[in-house]
Amino acid sequence: MKTSTKKLSKQEMIESKPNKIIMDTLANEPKVWIIHLIATFIVLAIMYWSKGAINFRGIQSNGVVIAKNIFTGLINPDWSLLLNLTRQGIPFVLMETLAIAFLGTFIGAILAIPLAFISASNMVSKHFTWLGVFIIAAIRTFPPFVYGIMFIRVTGPGPFAGVLTLAITSIGMIAKLYIEAIEDIDKKILESLDASGCNTIEKIRYGILPQLMTNFVSTVIYRYEINIKNASILGLVGAGGIGAPLIFAMSAYRWREVGAILVGLIILVLIVEYFSTAIRTKLARG
Amino acid sequence: MMNILKNIFQPVLSIFIPNDIKLSNGKVVKPPKPITPYIVIALIIVTYFSVELTGFKFSTIIQRGNQFLVILRRMYPPDWAFMPRVWKPLFDTIKMSVLGSIIGCALAIPFAIVSSTNINSSKITLNITRVFLSIVRTMPTLIIALIATYIFDIGTFAGTVAITIFTFGIVSKMLYEQIETVDMEPFVAMEALGANKIQAFASAIVPQVLPSYLSISLYNFEINVRNAAILGYVGAGGLGLILDEQFGWRAYDRAGVILFTLFITVVVIESISRYLRERLA
Repeated sequence: MKTSTKKLSKQEMIESKPNKIIMDTLANEPKVWIIHLIATFIVLAIMYWSKGAINFRGIQSNGVVIAKNIFTGLINPDWSLLLNLTRQGIPFVLMETLAIAFLGTFIGAILAIPLAFISASNMVSKHFTWLGVFIIAAIRTFPPFVYGIMFIRVTGPGPFAGVLTLAITSIGMIAKLYIEAIEDIDKKILESLDASGCNTIEKIRYGILPQLMTNFVSTVIYRYEINIKNASILGLVGAGGIGAPLIFAMSAYRWREVGAILVGLIILVLIVEYFSTAIRTKLARG
Repeated sequence: MMNILKNIFQPVLSIFIPNDIKLSNGKVVKPPKPITPYIVIALIIVTYFSVELTGFKFSTIIQRGNQFLVILRRMYPPDWAFMPRVWKPLFDTIKMSVLGSIIGCALAIPFAIVSSTNINSSKITLNITRVFLSIVRTMPTLIIALIATYIFDIGTFAGTVAITIFTFGIVSKMLYEQIETVDMEPFVAMEALGANKIQAFASAIVPQVLPSYLSISLYNFEINVRNAAILGYVGAGGLGLILDEQFGWRAYDRAGVILFTLFITVVVIESISRYLRERLA
C-alpha cells in the first residue's frame, strides 16, 4: 500500500486551512505603522526645534587636552591625597559627605512621617489630603542649591548647611513613597487587634509599625544612596562635602587631584550602592 | 547586693537576650534574638559622629532659623518686569533636556541589550558593560556638567552633554531590568522557527519592552527638566545661569520670578508626561 505522503506546493500551503487562518490574521494585523510614523515625526520635529539651543562651537581649543588630562588623572590619581588620613585628605572629605547625607536623610525621614500621614487618603478625610500634597509640592519647587544658598544664611558656609538642605529636599520623595506604603495598610489587622482588646499604642506597635517598617526603612536607605550624590553637589555652593575641593582642584587645573577626588567619589558611591541594594533586597524578601 | 544588681540589669539584658517563655503546658519557648536594639545603638553612635563631623547645632536653627525666610520674603513681590528675559533661558533648559533625553535614551538601547542576562550569554561583555554603566551612574549630573564645561566651553552644549550622559546611565539600567523580566518563550519560539537572534529580539522582545521603555524615557525627561534647570550653576546654560546671577546680585524678587516660571514649567511637563505614561501602562 502506498501512503499518501503528498508534498504540498507553495500555493497549496498558503491555501491549506491552518495557514489560511494565520495569513488572515496577518492581513488583519492592526495598522500600527501609522502611529509609529506619527510618533517618529513628532520626535524628529521636537529634536529639530531643540537643536536651536545647541550652540556647538566645536570642542574648546584646549578641550581635548583637558579631557585627556582628566582621563589620565582618573587612571593615575594623586595617591598621596587619596590615602591621606588628615583633614585635608580625601577619606576625611568622604566621611564628611557620608555624615552630611546621613544626618540629612535622617532628619528628612522624620519630618516626612507626619506629612505622609496627613496626606494619605486612608488616614485623613479626602478633603484634607490636599494640604499635605500642597506642602510637598511647594517644598519640591526650589532646586536643591537654592535651599543651599538660603541655609548658608542661617548656619554660615559648611557641612551644617548641607545637612539642612538635604533634610528639606529629601522630604518630597520620602513622603511620597511613605504615602504609598501607608495607603497599602491592611486595616483588618487593626480591627482584629481591636477585637482582642488592644489599646491605641498597642495597635500602633503591633498593627501599624510592622506593616510600615520595612517599607519605610527601604525608602530611607534608597534616599540615602541618592543623598550621597546630592551631598557631593552641595559643595559647589559652599555647603560642605566633596564638591568644594573638586571645584577648587578643577579651576586650578590640578588634574591628578581631580582624578583622586573623582576616584574617591566613585568608590564611595559604588560601596554605598552595593550595601543599599543588598539591604533593600533582604528587606523586600523578609 | 547581687540581687539588686540583677534586678537592675535583668530588664536591660532582656532587651538583647529575651527571656525564655514558659507555656502553660510546661514547654519552654526561646523567642528569636532581636536585632532592633543593636540597630538602634548603631544609629545613635553614627548620629553622634555625624553631628560632631558636620557641626550640627539645634540652637543655631532655633536662634537663626528666621534667616531662612528672609530670602523667601524678599522674593515677594516678584519683579514681573524681568519676565521677558526669562523666556530664552527657560526654552534653552527645555531644549537641553529634550535633546539630552532623546540622545541618551537612544544610546541606552544597545548597552541595555548587552547587559541583559537573558539575551547576552557572554559573562565577560555583560560584566564589563555593567561595571561601565555603574561608574557612569555614580557621577552626579552637576559634576558631569562641570567637567563638560571645561571640555566643551561654557554654554548649553555642555549641559546637553551632561544630560545625555546622565540619562544614558540611568535609562540603561532601568531598561535592562525591564528586558530581564520579559517572557522568553516567544523568543525561543522565534529561534526555533529559524529566526536569528536579532530577528527574534525584534519580534519577540521589542513589543514586550517598548511600552515600558517609552515610559522610562518620559520619566527621565521629567527628572531632566529639573536637573537642566540647575546645570546653569556651573555655567552649562539654561535657567540656572540667570538664577545664579540674580542670587549673586541679591535680586531676590527677580529670582522669585525665575523660580515661579520653573515651577509652572515643571508642573506642566510632569502632568503631560504622567498623562502619557498612564496611557502607555
